Amino acid sequence: MMEKLVVIGAGMASGRMLEHLTDANAPYQITLFNAEPRGNYNRIMLSPVLSGEKTYEDIVTHDADWYQSRGITTRFGEHVTGIDRKRRIVHGQNGAVPYDKLVIATGSAPFMIPVVGRDLPGVIAYRDLHDTNAMIAAAQPGAEAVVIGGGLLGLEAAAGLQMRGMKVTVIHLMGHLMERQLDPSAGYLLQKALEARGIKVHCKGATKAILGETHAEAVLLEDGTVYGADLVVMAVGIRPETRLAVDAHLEVERGITVDDQLRTSDPSVFALGECVEHRQQLFGLVAPLYDQAKVLAATLMGEASAFQPVQTATKLKVTGCDLFSAGDFADGPTREDIVFRDPGRGIYKRLVIEGDRLVGAVMYGDTADGSWFFGLIKDQTDISQMRDTLIFGPAFQGGGSVDPMAAVAALPPDAEICGCNGVCKGRIVDAVLGGADTLDKLRATTKASASCGTCTGLVQQVMALTLGGEVVDTPAGMCGCTELAHEDVRRLIKAKGLKSMPAVMQECGWTTPDGCAKCRPALNFYLLADWPLDYQDDRQSRFVNERNHANIQKDGTYSVVPRMWGGVTTPAELRAIADAAEKYNVPMVKVTGGQRIDLLGVRKEDLPAMWADLNDAGMVSGHAYSKGLRTVKTCVGSEFCRFGTQDSTGLGIRLEKLLWGSWTPHKVKLGVSGCPRNCAEATCKDVGVVCVDSGYQVSVSGAAGMEVKETELLVTVPTEDEAVEIITAFIQLYRENARYLDRAWKWTARVGLDWVKAQVVDDPDQRRALVERFELSQSVYRKDPWAEHAKPGARDEFSPLADLRLEAAE
Amino acid sequence: MMAQATEWLDIAALSDIPQQGARLLRTGAGCIAIFRTHDDRVFALDDRCPHKGGPLSEGIVAGHTITCPLHNWVFDLNSGQAQGADEGSVRSYAARVEGGRVLVSAEMLTRRSAA
Repeated sequence: MMEKLVVIGAGMASGRMLEHLTDANAPYQITLFNAEPRGNYNRIMLSPVLSGEKTYEDIVTHDADWYQSRGITTRFGEHVTGIDRKRRIVHGQNGAVPYDKLVIATGSAPFMIPVVGRDLPGVIAYRDLHDTNAMIAAAQPGAEAVVIGGGLLGLEAAAGLQMRGMKVTVIHLMGHLMERQLDPSAGYLLQKALEARGIKVHCKGATKAILGETHAEAVLLEDGTVYGADLVVMAVGIRPETRLAVDAHLEVERGITVDDQLRTSDPSVFALGECVEHRQQLFGLVAPLYDQAKVLAATLMGEASAFQPVQTATKLKVTGCDLFSAGDFADGPTREDIVFRDPGRGIYKRLVIEGDRLVGAVMYGDTADGSWFFGLIKDQTDISQMRDTLIFGPAFQGGGSVDPMAAVAALPPDAEICGCNGVCKGRIVDAVLGGADTLDKLRATTKASASCGTCTGLVQQVMALTLGGEVVDTPAGMCGCTELAHEDVRRLIKAKGLKSMPAVMQECGWTTPDGCAKCRPALNFYLLADWPLDYQDDRQSRFVNERNHANIQKDGTYSVVPRMWGGVTTPAELRAIADAAEKYNVPMVKVTGGQRIDLLGVRKEDLPAMWADLNDAGMVSGHAYSKGLRTVKTCVGSEFCRFGTQDSTGLGIRLEKLLWGSWTPHKVKLGVSGCPRNCAEATCKDVGVVCVDSGYQVSVSGAAGMEVKETELLVTVPTEDEAVEIITAFIQLYRENARYLDRAWKWTARVGLDWVKAQVVDDPDQRRALVERFELSQSVYRKDPWAEHAKPGARDEFSPLADLRLEAAE
Repeated sequence: MMAQATEWLDIAALSDIPQQGARLLRTGAGCIAIFRTHDDRVFALDDRCPHKGGPLSEGIVAGHTITCPLHNWVFDLNSGQAQGADEGSVRSYAARVEGGRVLVSAEMLTRRSAA
């Protein structure tokens, strides 16, 4: 008498298992239940069905005829209502079936986020052929679709709907797409590719509700954004379908618990596929499910076999988006990265190495070598011999390195290389082809790099590319992550319109996944200086002082310096400062060199409360810690001084109120003296004003730091307004052109004071444009950072995550 | 005390630590910095640079390294070893993420207080 085997669920895993069993003529009388009214199809090919590239017939793997020819009784379209383990009977809607062995292969169900409106018609999950057909039916050309979830399934749904002519928006909760398979760089490229084909992507978007009366009409996000939607697809994840197992009192955690033989807590009941949990792990990709099918078939035939989860690989099935992710690229100890970026071709590859083994790989744009890398991961091949050339794939035959000129080669002909003279790449190429084969000749014919000279490196690279020769005398790279110099990176940020850190790192060919402590603060400054309205400041890329808005001292305490406009204070402010000093046990109160009061030795966790107290007394951060405007030192001036020629105190206050909060390449200090006796020491500041009877002498680029330098006269102007305009323009020019961490004097020494004068003194249009750009930036940045961080909800990061001192005392 | 070798303490949600940032854990024998990297891994190191005692939790997290905010020494978050020309190391402890929670080895408490 043959044993009776009942299988619940006709998915890919059970299909494969039945194939193994029947191929081996296993002595079972088999009954197969399936809630869907059909046999088994290749579920991972639903995306091409949705997009219209394949039909259902193309993806069927086991239809009713197949099961019949293998002697399997099928109960399709019939739900199982219960399992009676004591009597070993499976109850179906149309009658019971006894079993000796039972296999539960119920797969998983899509997870629906519990928001208002999720039950409206027009809101669907993306799981089976039924959902796919519903989407195809709803996909009217020109209609709007919102896909919630930017993972594999969501993006495949989005691409499919877009190919059917819908206007598609993807809402994704995380910071970048497919964050489980991709790192931010690959996520950036993917988002760019999807946007290029017309799919809108909204990351960091939390769905609040689905709006509509009788049918879904729109999706509302937590941030207030509303996207119109005739169709809403929820693709936020799946959950093991365990209801039958729970009802039958089998052991279930997140999935049905199984051992290495896929046996549940009942020895005659097995489970298989997405519904199982094996050693705390769930499975959603097809490779491990097929492994399970093989092991279970062997177990059912009495052969020894054990399931061991293996590394898995993912590919996105969206035409035109080549993406591959394999192994464990984001978890495990002692890892090293090898990163390759080719911005011109939109290629990104990252390999993760542990010891002599490759453990993970992420690839975008060129995934041809994916399976080779996957093989190295699975087989745990020793890669130490080919480490240097590993990233170039199996076809690589020795020699060569990453091309440092790739970023320049990828620039279109109309990309501006020399900002001063408006020279684009095409003109340089034409000039070189026309015979300008040296930098001097090129400058003579095109003026490229002939003014401030900061683009010289890029110009030389364009020349070298055109001539096919070597790059000569290019400045050193900004850090170990790139061979490009600061100026090159700044120019590329503007020429290519790069507005985020992953965009810069990708397009400029960074060799590390997220930069380093040198380049990140610089890039953060460049991006906020160039795109004040578009770029979001990155706190984690700021040095500790700017992140905590106070100066770190040698013992890890901080010093707090409230702003005193132009060095002027009031009895009330002094009282508030004294109160704060007492309340927070400040060990030292000191007057600084820039006419401020410094409260030294404050504990980090006290900062938010202390700021709130000072804010209450009307004071804001003095930015004594910042690469930004610090102080405007003044003398008394004409108001009280018998020698003072102008109101130097008033001008100092006016300048400070105008310039405060602005970020600059390095710290910026100003001084305004009321007469040439120079009590405010204005002639060793970044910008100094000396008031004279005839007006205002504006001089720049002094220093009293590691180098002591007297300022150089920029211009003498008759009115205060003109002085203020010229100073503003100078600071904006410095913001737009200098290398990060170059003081103004270093920068003017490089570009020449004559060039600076030409921009801010001789050319009134240019001066006004600089002032306008400065004011635009200030519309975002002229605000008190203390107030922001002193808000109760924002204070958490200043306190410890947890206090385990009690546990330790046990 | 063998069982404690595999005991884990659930200390916080991963989202309590900013990406590419750090938060502090107070223990009986000093502070431990819990770092979260760009790829959402977590690491636990003593919050004291062996050079001049700088608070490592205030440094810039890049890749799997931390740069001390006082004098720019760089340490590997995995091993606690100083990188480049500098010599020295910071004590590191086992930490991991599971289901969005940050778990640290309970061993760090007993080892430290016994020392």
